[in-house]
Amino acid sequence: MAVLVNKETKLICQGFTGSQGTFHSEQAIAYGTNMVGGVTPGKGGSEHLGLPVFDTVEDAKAKTGCNASVIYVPPPFAADSIVEAIEAEMELVVCITEGIPVLDMVKVKRALDGSKTRLIGPNCPGVITPDECKIGIMPGHIHTRGKIGIVSRSGTLTYEAVAQTGAVGLGQSTCIGIGGDPVNGTNFIDCIEMFMDDPETEGILMIGEIGGSAEIEAAQFYKDLKTKKPIAGFIAGATAPPGKRMGHAGAIISGGDDTAPAKMEAMRAAGFAVSESPAGLGQAMKEAMAA
Amino acid sequence: MNIHEYQAKELLEKYGVAVPKGIAAMNVADAVKAAEELPGPLYVIKAQIHAGGRGAGHFKNNPEGKGGVRLCKTVDEIKEAAEAMMNQVLVTKQTGPDGKEVQRLYVTDGVDIAKEYYCSVLLDRATSRPTFMVSTEGGMDIEEVAEKTPEKIIKCAIDPATGMMPFHARKLAFGLGLKGDAMKSAVKFFMALYKAFMELDAAIVEINPMIITDKDEVMALDAKMNFDENALFRQKMVSEMRDESEEDENEREAKNWDLSYVSMDGDIGCMVNGAGLAMSTMDIIKLYGGEPANFLDVGGGATAERVTAAFKIILSDPNVKGILVNIFGGIMKCDVIAEGVIAAAKEVDLQVPLVVRLEGTNVEKGKELMANSGLPIISADDLDDAAQKVVKATKEAAAQAA
Repeated sequence: MAVLVNKETKLICQGFTGSQGTFHSEQAIAYGTNMVGGVTPGKGGSEHLGLPVFDTVEDAKAKTGCNASVIYVPPPFAADSIVEAIEAEMELVVCITEGIPVLDMVKVKRALDGSKTRLIGPNCPGVITPDECKIGIMPGHIHTRGKIGIVSRSGTLTYEAVAQTGAVGLGQSTCIGIGGDPVNGTNFIDCIEMFMDDPETEGILMIGEIGGSAEIEAAQFYKDLKTKKPIAGFIAGATAPPGKRMGHAGAIISGGDDTAPAKMEAMRAAGFAVSESPAGLGQAMKEAMAA
Repeated sequence: MNIHEYQAKELLEKYGVAVPKGIAAMNVADAVKAAEELPGPLYVIKAQIHAGGRGAGHFKNNPEGKGGVRLCKTVDEIKEAAEAMMNQVLVTKQTGPDGKEVQRLYVTDGVDIAKEYYCSVLLDRATSRPTFMVSTEGGMDIEEVAEKTPEKIIKCAIDPATGMMPFHARKLAFGLGLKGDAMKSAVKFFMALYKAFMELDAAIVEINPMIITDKDEVMALDAKMNFDENALFRQKMVSEMRDESEEDENEREAKNWDLSYVSMDGDIGCMVNGAGLAMSTMDIIKLYGGEPANFLDVGGGATAERVTAAFKIILSDPNVKGILVNIFGGIMKCDVIAEGVIAAAKEVDLQVPLVVRLEGTNVEKGKELMANSGLPIISADDLDDAAQKVVKATKEAAAQAA
């Protein structure tokens, strides 16, 4: 089962013929992802990596029947690409691009309202259901199919969570990188909801960061759930000085409640097994599963 | 990216936001000239640094003296104040005890204030909408107002599809209890402020205090603007306002190499790929009793040159007594990173202990390269191991040095 993506997912790539689009499409195809084509405006009608190239997403959808798109378009043009995919009514859009102006994302977020699209990202590693479908830049080989749904704001820290849940023998159902930007398409709550509905997912691992209130809202949401699955979590940035930007635009401590201790406390109060250490993710998950 | 008050006012004025007349000065003579050009009879001279709390602050060479914002009645008083401020270190609540050297001054017209208010525009992450925050508690620390009297803060989120409509602005003005000409002036002020926020890709515009003059005119008495770094490529005017002297030298150098670096107070330098993992690496160092010297994210496409640059930046901090390299190679291959680390360690003639933790793609090849490099690199198996080893090695190195 898993969530969001599986063997049936028919994927196209926006920014297909660029260096990023090419490299990661090759990796995805090698992993077994069902890629059916790509979009590069002006190159429609040609072929790339043995797949058809289209001028527009609409065209690609009409000709290939794709239902998901991954975006590797440079930041100044990424919002345009996302909105194009939304208007073409793609079911799933995964935007990997880092560095999109936040006010562009404000407009994108508005365009998502009432649309048929779920956006993952931007500024994220992507989504993977091990052994079925890899959309994004994560290294496929570190994943093992299993029981844990992972949702995270960070890229490499997600890999850490993957490696650790693999090492303790739990494995992953689906891993979702929701991205480190202050305005993104899908939040923790959306993912927890999906994992709750997925029979294959037996436990949830949530990796957050300082800044914003998404983790606290997710903790509250989990607390209020009638039926629960075991959940563990971690918050990066306990040592971050207030007001400093730590790589991710979203990770700025602006008030009192978005610090790592405040978030960890809210998660603990909601019944999360919280790991104080980034090396204890697998162990915390295992303990939550055993409890 | 931050800019100075006088720059913010210059930008806002272009959008129709009313500000008191003012002239920036880079030296005492210019400050005097600026005062002579202003109508008088009241002047305000303000130290320009990238930190708030200037008025209540003090100069390091005169802890009991006046702060960085002074009211003057004559041009002579301006001269005296400018001499007291220029090239002196101003310490405020926001600068920390080290303070900041004042290199620019702003001389403005003194205006008659009837009442002070607070006004800001920022992005509310919870709603993903630009949001106004106004309050009758002008000149106060807004965090304090939010904590003690949250009912005194009025918020208004703006739908990006319609942009700010006049009714939004009227709602804010009525909320502040404004009437008649003051209300009309406030509406014009808020509309202009929103336009500036959106068109300049601002992250925050804070007007504190926003004032009403004795002539019912709404004005920005102070202005603080911060911009979205991701949008600077399309904001030439804003980019040119960058004052590099206000930025940390290492952070600036890192930016040139496309590295994300933030300096900290500890003695363990860190080099990590990915922002979340970089933060977590600092966290785990602290958990094991060490203190991180920096945050450094080398990003996804680190080449040998960039790794070397990263090493040099880390080592230019004299407090660094040990280094931890923590790489979870995804697309980035561990052997490539290992080559970069080895080359860098040789080039900079590394004198402090170096712990390297590699994981992911081509990890075996990477470890082999390290082991055969002839360098005293301490290899670590996982994050836990790496943190413990670097804390131990750094403490030993520090003890030896002492």
